[in-house]
Amino acid sequence: MNWEILGVWLGALVTFCLYSFLYRDNPFYKFAEHLFVGMSAGYWVIYNIENVLIPNWWQNMVPPEGGFNWIWIIPGIFALFMLARMVPKTAGLSRLALGMIIGAGAGLNMVSFFQTNAMAQVKGTIISVATGSAWDIFSSLVLVVGVVSGLVYFFFSKAHTGVVGKTANVGITILMIAFGASFGYTIMARLSLLIGRCQFLMEDWLPTIPQLLGIGG
Amino acid sequence: MRLIIPLVITFTAGMIMILNYFVPHQPFRLLGDNLQEWFLIVASGAIFLGAANLMHVHFRKIRLKLKNWKYSPVTIIGFLVMFVLGLIYGVVEGKPFDFLFLNMVAPMGATMFSLLAFFVASAAFRAFRASNWRATLLLTSAFLVMLGQVPIGAMIWDKIPLAKVWLMSIPNTAGQRAVMIGAAMGVVATSLRIIFGIERSYLGGAD
Amino acid sequence: MAGFIEKLGNTDRRIIFILIALSVIIPISLNLIFPNPVGAEPSRDLFEYVDALPEGSNVLVSFDYDPSTMPELQPMAEAVVAHLFKKNANVVGMALWPQGASLGQDAMSHMADSLGKVQYEDWCNLGYKSGGGVMIVRLGSSMSAVFPTDKDNVPWSEIPMLRNITDLESFSLIISLSAGDPGIIAWVMMGGDRFGVPIGGGCTAVSAPTLYTYLQTGQMVGMLGGLKGAADYETLVGIKDGQAVRGMAPQSVAHLVIMLFIIIGNVAYFTEKKKGGAR
Repeated sequence: MNWEILGVWLGALVTFCLYSFLYRDNPFYKFAEHLFVGMSAGYWVIYNIENVLIPNWWQNMVPPEGGFNWIWIIPGIFALFMLARMVPKTAGLSRLALGMIIGAGAGLNMVSFFQTNAMAQVKGTIISVATGSAWDIFSSLVLVVGVVSGLVYFFFSKAHTGVVGKTANVGITILMIAFGASFGYTIMARLSLLIGRCQFLMEDWLPTIPQLLGIGG
Repeated sequence: MRLIIPLVITFTAGMIMILNYFVPHQPFRLLGDNLQEWFLIVASGAIFLGAANLMHVHFRKIRLKLKNWKYSPVTIIGFLVMFVLGLIYGVVEGKPFDFLFLNMVAPMGATMFSLLAFFVASAAFRAFRASNWRATLLLTSAFLVMLGQVPIGAMIWDKIPLAKVWLMSIPNTAGQRAVMIGAAMGVVATSLRIIFGIERSYLGGAD
Repeated sequence: MAGFIEKLGNTDRRIIFILIALSVIIPISLNLIFPNPVGAEPSRDLFEYVDALPEGSNVLVSFDYDPSTMPELQPMAEAVVAHLFKKNANVVGMALWPQGASLGQDAMSHMADSLGKVQYEDWCNLGYKSGGGVMIVRLGSSMSAVFPTDKDNVPWSEIPMLRNITDLESFSLIISLSAGDPGIIAWVMMGGDRFGVPIGGGCTAVSAPTLYTYLQTGQMVGMLGGLKGAADYETLVGIKDGQAVRGMAPQSVAHLVIMLFIIIGNVAYFTEKKKGGAR
């Protein structure tokens, strides 16, 4: 049994099932879509068991060298509290686990976002003002004016009239350029995914047909 | 009482993470390390919740014969096949679990998202209108990036890639940075509200 | 003429689908390859940073993506890993996304086989861990506490190349190949700004515009943006017949086709608008 060719044909089969949606919704597409959801969920569960629960919880609670660490029961119980959401009578217990997750995430994000996405960005804007060639100075001024006017646009506590209004208009213009760039990159991203699949079908799958039919090498 | 204990847990977890950042010495270091390790396990619980919910939804669909119920066994069988093979053979390269992932799950995932290429082309054709000067500016910026990102842009005019690099490094960075700083302020405000128990929406829906 | 343009503006979307498909299929079937010049791009910055690493440097590569973005990120992963192997770096793989662990294994073992690198001596795959940014913070104090074993349950203490690695600061560089959250931004926040480790990245084209802000501040040493970034890196590393480089021709043609669609759509729109105004 040539497992490689079988694998390629399985991949091609599910690819065509999904692409059939382009004509219209049909049973082949629905089959592949449901299969994908189920198999992905199975994959996620297994990796969480093999790569997280066993090494990071079970082997800490019941070490291979022997003994039992009672403290590790606590995160196990909290993880079970998450599952308690499935049963209406015990659903309230999930709040305890959620509180821990959300609280830890909020505490971390508060500091990290401020440091990385606010302070460092402001610093980068201030020190970007260059003293090189005329073009460098112009570019750095565009950057500074762009950031400031963009921030003014998002400041809704004051009416956008007068000087504030004119600055906000400059901000929208800069934002339009940024969104245009994002749009261009998004088009590229989507097409790249299609190119990848076409390369698979034409370079990996199509050559297997003559092989299976006994034509060619 | 049913809200107070979760809010206390939220506050405690949040403060441990913040204090761990500013005071990386004992006892906050020990508290922080333990909380971070426990976080991994509890976050894992959320994955199992998702899988359990998926199975519950599909079994219910079959039981009540809801729309498209005939496809629900496909989801359940797909899940069970991966689950059983993973438990028996593990996640080692070359085993059945890995084989099915690389030859079925991966192609399906890649194909699902590649469908977007068609829809984005159709949407661009129908909806992208240069109806005012700002929309025209957006369109021009998009065209410059689309040409600058591919070799054909350099073939048309060798300055196009340079213009693209400048556009990405200066006006794009300025616009994205303005959005980023604003969003960061929002995250800080929301995080504070969550830690101090003012924002409680994440606790709702479990009655 | 105006009637023809109006008709063109109401083209059935399935015709558009066929044209898009042909714009990709035809260049691939003709094996069209365009030269891929690499200018002063963030991809060159990343290449030069990696190229300047001393031999034996520890580099952490985090495969933070899933199959939906494989066409962009898998070629990047292979090119980056190939470059690191050529520089004789110690490559430690891991993933913040479950499926990244398998995809990373595929990239690293494929490149290791072709470049003669040995698992557990030159490279290893620690696997996936949940927790995102919180987990990265813990890595900052102890790698082995988070990864007591690798992806295949081999204990940390039994892997020779991990002997001198204690925490994130043991690494000369962290490269995150990321499709979203958790990904590059989490690594920049926790790994870079908190623990001072240089961060490089590869991302989908959708995320690239946002990450330029980190390049300008120096929070990232370089970045591969989308399939073009992957093609640039393949060119710089010298990978013959790379998947990303081969993808540049269909990418070019498809971009031109979409630009044409947008222009036709606008011409039809303005023609109709003028017709409506004339009435």
